[in-house]
Amino acid sequence: MAARAPVLIRTIAMPVILILALLVIAFLTYQFGSRPFNRTVVEAFINIMLVVGLYVFVGNSGVLSFGHISFMCLGAYMTAWLTIPPTLKSVTLKGLPDWLLHTQLPMWVATPVSALFAALFALLVGRIIMRLSGIAASIATFGLLGVVNNVYSNWDSVTGGQGSIVGIPPTVNVWVGWFGAAIAITIAYFYSISRSGLALRAARDEPVAASASGIDIVRERLIAFVVSAFIIGFAGALYAHFLSIVNPGSFYLRTTFITLAMLVVGGMSSLTGAVAGVAVLSAIIELLRQLEKGVNLGGLVVGIPNGVQEIAIGLIMVGILMFLPAGLTRNRELSWNGWPFGRRSAGS
Amino acid sequence: MSVLLQYLFDALNLGSLYALGALGIALIFGIMRLVNFAHGDYIAFCVFALLWPSIDAGAIVFLGNLPFWALIPVVLATGAALSMLSEVLVFRYFRNANPATMMIASFALGFVIKHFLLMLYSSRPKSINLWPDLSLPVEILGARIPLLQVITIAITLVILLLLTTFLKRTRYGLEMRAAAENFTMARMLGVRANRVILAAFAISGMLAAAIGLILATNSGTADIAMGANVMLIAFIATVIGGLGSLPGAVAAGFLIGAASVLFQATLPHDARVFRDAFVYGAVIVVLLVRPQGLFAPNSAKQRV
Repeated sequence: MAARAPVLIRTIAMPVILILALLVIAFLTYQFGSRPFNRTVVEAFINIMLVVGLYVFVGNSGVLSFGHISFMCLGAYMTAWLTIPPTLKSVTLKGLPDWLLHTQLPMWVATPVSALFAALFALLVGRIIMRLSGIAASIATFGLLGVVNNVYSNWDSVTGGQGSIVGIPPTVNVWVGWFGAAIAITIAYFYSISRSGLALRAARDEPVAASASGIDIVRERLIAFVVSAFIIGFAGALYAHFLSIVNPGSFYLRTTFITLAMLVVGGMSSLTGAVAGVAVLSAIIELLRQLEKGVNLGGLVVGIPNGVQEIAIGLIMVGILMFLPAGLTRNRELSWNGWPFGRRSAGS
Repeated sequence: MSVLLQYLFDALNLGSLYALGALGIALIFGIMRLVNFAHGDYIAFCVFALLWPSIDAGAIVFLGNLPFWALIPVVLATGAALSMLSEVLVFRYFRNANPATMMIASFALGFVIKHFLLMLYSSRPKSINLWPDLSLPVEILGARIPLLQVITIAITLVILLLLTTFLKRTRYGLEMRAAAENFTMARMLGVRANRVILAAFAISGMLAAAIGLILATNSGTADIAMGANVMLIAFIATVIGGLGSLPGAVAAGFLIGAASVLFQATLPHDARVFRDAFVYGAVIVVLLVRPQGLFAPNSAKQRV
């Protein structure tokens, strides 16, 4: 058998194609899209970051996580603390420590710092949660989401409690959104072809054989957990700069559900699937949103009741799980061989 | 002394709720390895079934008008029906799926139920005046305890006794325990899988309805989020109790209830809003020592 090319060369096409496709979307949106459409696309890019981050952990380890949105919360609040002008901070967020109260960093420094903060937090809690078995770990991540939400919605002097923090510089446009998504895809790709990613997928498919071959499952899971927390913390920081306000309610069950739905629809253990799931569900959500507003049919405005959007997404998700449990991409990756979804490469 | 007694009743009261919730989850998990994230939404559904659907601020009482001897069975039946319906329509199709897939499916189902309720009732909390007499205090050994607390604890004990009798003494109970121990083997020995699973869902739904009734009487409001809070703790209780162990789930429920009241009583005033975070912290310490949970059942051990 002839020597095979290194895994990097065989699979590098997939992330490159994904990033280029997103670049085309960003360019078209910037050139021709209306303002609301621009915002929809930026939101989709941020969702890509979230879902790709989720994929790094869930896809590679096979352990479901309901807690990753708490890292988004950490990232968003951290960048808010770092970038809001000190004069405003000293009025609304009195409880911050002095050094934080008087610093103001530019956004391009604050967002990576926020992502690192989320990753550090993940390292601390991950050391405990990753010791649990698969199902227990999933439930524990759900608890993590509850704790972070509980703390951030009650620590009034530091987080502004249930209310919103305003005054975060709104610096995210389509290009920044695309850049964030590209970084997320790149990190996720290099993780999944790394030694740790390979070991973790081996442990996902055959836990007993993997640990018999000397794979420390807890350690590999922890690495994936921290990497994914970094990506999601980064996404949260960009989200804060996109909306320019943060409140704890946006980092709870609804976002958890939507991002999980996107991952499931695309295919849980495929990077291509993560991106595809966001694209498909974002389109459906946008369509339903328009329908909820009402469509003008010859002077007659026809609309569907509010709330149908969520119910429809829930039903789509159950349907996909029933009939296509491996998602739209069947858990395969994009690659040149057998275009478009020919063989399982990086993600298998 | 009377203060201590007060705390004891608080702990037992809260623990009862958590124990009932954990039991409803553990029962289903034991048999089909399904972590039912929709359980909290069953609770909310049963509470809202007391009201007539409307998005106005005022509440129109519907089932809540029934006298209590009719109301309780009707609400329990509602919970059981919803739970069985979700099994027939959704979970039946996931028999051979892995636990992670089932978990997401139940999460999605819960999301659908929740937004269905939101669509019918809007997100505003509504007041329900269900049995206001029960909040009057009674004197026990010098402590003034709300009557509802005493009733909650008594009801929980009765439910636990009934359920134990059912599981230990009846044919269905035996089949259910056999299915929880080793589902494939139980089927081979003639246990009818669908019937046993349906029965487990019915019981689990009734437990959710019972929690709903207690919560509604206690708080006097119907709020869409009321099920989720109990559920989160009940999930944690099933994990520290050892996934799949029914006595473990109940014991862990009471333990967390006690820990909550302990933190509530001893934490400084400013930190009390973070009580739940402290409870989770304590849970993490427990898991550090025993990652398998306090009472891991034999069936949880991995066979190679």
